[in-house]
Amino acid sequence: MKTYDMAELAVRNLRESILRNSLTTVGISVGVASLVAMLSLGIGLQQLAGRRLEKSGLFDTVVVTSRRELRGFNRDQEENGPAPAESPTLNEDARQKIAQLPSVLEAYPDIRFITELRYDEKPYLTMMAGLPFSAKNNDAFDGMQGSFFSSDTASEVILQKSFAAQLLGKTPKAGADESSVADLAKPLLGKQLTMRYAERTATSAAAADTNQSAGTAYSVVSHEATLKIVGVCDLDPDSMRGQARARVFLPLKLAQNLHVMQPSDLRDTTNMAGGSPAYTTVEVHVKSPTQVQTVEDAIKKMGFNTFSIVDATRSLRQFFAVLDLFLGIFGSLALAVASIGIINTLVMAILERRREIGIMKAIGASDGDVKGLFFAEAGVMGVFGGFVGVALGWTIGRVINLGTNLYLKRLHFPPEQIWFVPWWLVIGAIVFAIVVSLLSGLYPASRAARLDPVQALRYE
Amino acid sequence: MSSSESSLKDSIAIRTDNLCRYYQMGEALIRAVDGISVQVSSGEFVALLGTSGSGKSSLLNLIAGLDRPTSGTVVVQENDLSKFSREELAKYRLHTVGMVFQSFNLIPSMTLLENVELPLRFAEVDRGKREALAVQALGRVGLSARLRHRPTELSGGEQQRASLARALINQPRFLLADEPTGNLDSQTGTEIMNFIREFNETLGMTIIMVTHERTLAERYASRMIFLADGKLIGDQSNALSATAGQTRGGGL
Repeated sequence: MKTYDMAELAVRNLRESILRNSLTTVGISVGVASLVAMLSLGIGLQQLAGRRLEKSGLFDTVVVTSRRELRGFNRDQEENGPAPAESPTLNEDARQKIAQLPSVLEAYPDIRFITELRYDEKPYLTMMAGLPFSAKNNDAFDGMQGSFFSSDTASEVILQKSFAAQLLGKTPKAGADESSVADLAKPLLGKQLTMRYAERTATSAAAADTNQSAGTAYSVVSHEATLKIVGVCDLDPDSMRGQARARVFLPLKLAQNLHVMQPSDLRDTTNMAGGSPAYTTVEVHVKSPTQVQTVEDAIKKMGFNTFSIVDATRSLRQFFAVLDLFLGIFGSLALAVASIGIINTLVMAILERRREIGIMKAIGASDGDVKGLFFAEAGVMGVFGGFVGVALGWTIGRVINLGTNLYLKRLHFPPEQIWFVPWWLVIGAIVFAIVVSLLSGLYPASRAARLDPVQALRYE
Repeated sequence: MSSSESSLKDSIAIRTDNLCRYYQMGEALIRAVDGISVQVSSGEFVALLGTSGSGKSSLLNLIAGLDRPTSGTVVVQENDLSKFSREELAKYRLHTVGMVFQSFNLIPSMTLLENVELPLRFAEVDRGKREALAVQALGRVGLSARLRHRPTELSGGEQQRASLARALINQPRFLLADEPTGNLDSQTGTEIMNFIREFNETLGMTIIMVTHERTLAERYASRMIFLADGKLIGDQSNALSATAGQTRGGGL
């Protein structure tokens, strides 16, 4: 029998006992759907984690500190390095050298200081930090109200949510729902803050006496600056800083230009050249987490201490590989149950259609024709089951995604795509369904083909 | 007509040599067919007569290639069926023999047209030709108005006519009929028998018909073979047959 005729006859036979065959097909669909839903959620979660990590900047960042720095990481472990006192200074030259290393996207100094901000005639003492313009894409600003800095030198600030609450005199009550960032931002956006800070200025004597260890002398002058509130962020962009984390952020270039007195300045007085101060910390962004190690090694060679969180990504990837595997196994189990359904349906069909098989053989059907027919029936159920299953799985994934986003919204989190169906999953699932169905049809089909026509046609 | 027909008639179309078919039923060995040797010439209308259990249907199934003998051979048109593979046997059933059964054996889920078309599907006849051929075959047995009906919507006589159309669709040389009128009243039975006689006379088909009604055999068949307990107990030409008297007189 020709293949097309076989398929046509198979569809026709399936339609004859539409209820039973539909139920079997639904069984396959549910199997495929659970496979697709589970895998798409697994893949989606993995991508979400990947995106988050990328945006958080945690895994492509190297923190560089001077070995002179008393707070420097791993100070005691650097046995082969020069003594702390002889190690190079982490100044603008060093920063530029680091920035020119291969695979380095940018290197910027960490500028943070404690200062007094006046708002509505009331003083507030807080930590401020400079933010590079590239931080705009950081995920901490996902739920931000208002906007990011208009330029790298604009006299603008972004407030952390808790500081905004403090400015408005709202002290968080224990157990009470946190007020939403939108409510906090509304009265504050566009308002002015006055910052009082200590500017470090090179003395005129030092400026004149250029030959002799320039900039060894400087004076500290009290200054005031007016800053506009442009944004209130929901999350904490500075969360990895622990105790030293800032609650108010200003553009990095602006912070540098203000020459605010840094805590380390007092200690390193000898290095305080007027134009090129030493930095406590330089943050280096690397192109991808995989290149962090090479960059770190290069910076260490220059005589600085480095710190990064690199191994975490590998273990995270391993976790997701295992998660995907398990989700896939559960999905496949569902499909295995469905394939037992196919075997059952087709074996029942043979019992029910014994006579029909006998008739077909008596009028000239070969073993191959009968086998092919049952095989085709299994295949047709597989095709339908596969397509319906993928559609169903896609819908389930979508619904779960929607539900999760509603939940996130209630908790004042930004929406996220936790579900992703790549094209290979769609095609793979359909092919898988057809293959499983055909395999399930193998036994019933060969049983039908072996049926003895004389027995089958005998009167009951 | 006479010279070519007579040479066909004289050639041996089907031959069985010491044909045996035994079944094991628990402890007992059933000798359904027990050493039958018989020859059927081309164009004959043979009736296989015997009581139920005499082995006539088993003999017919062996000739039809539906069953394989325990020993002995069936030779059809110089081909030994026992040497055929399963595939070749299927081809033989498809092209060389057509079968009609007491219980009609139409597929209930299919319309008459689809039922009659089915052997053409197995024979891989083009889609376009199939329907025309099936319509023509059904028209021949007077069922042109019933093409889209299902077997259950038809009378027994109509169903048997449809199964005759199906048996003929691949233009076989042999028509094997197993009690074709067994489920029909005498009037519709006569109708069916007239069709079978017509196929024998106008198409020159060789007919082997199993029946337990001697009167039916005497009326239509040109030869009667009697079986009992799987053995041949009689073989006679039928002078009483109207057809034999008219057209086959010379052959006797």
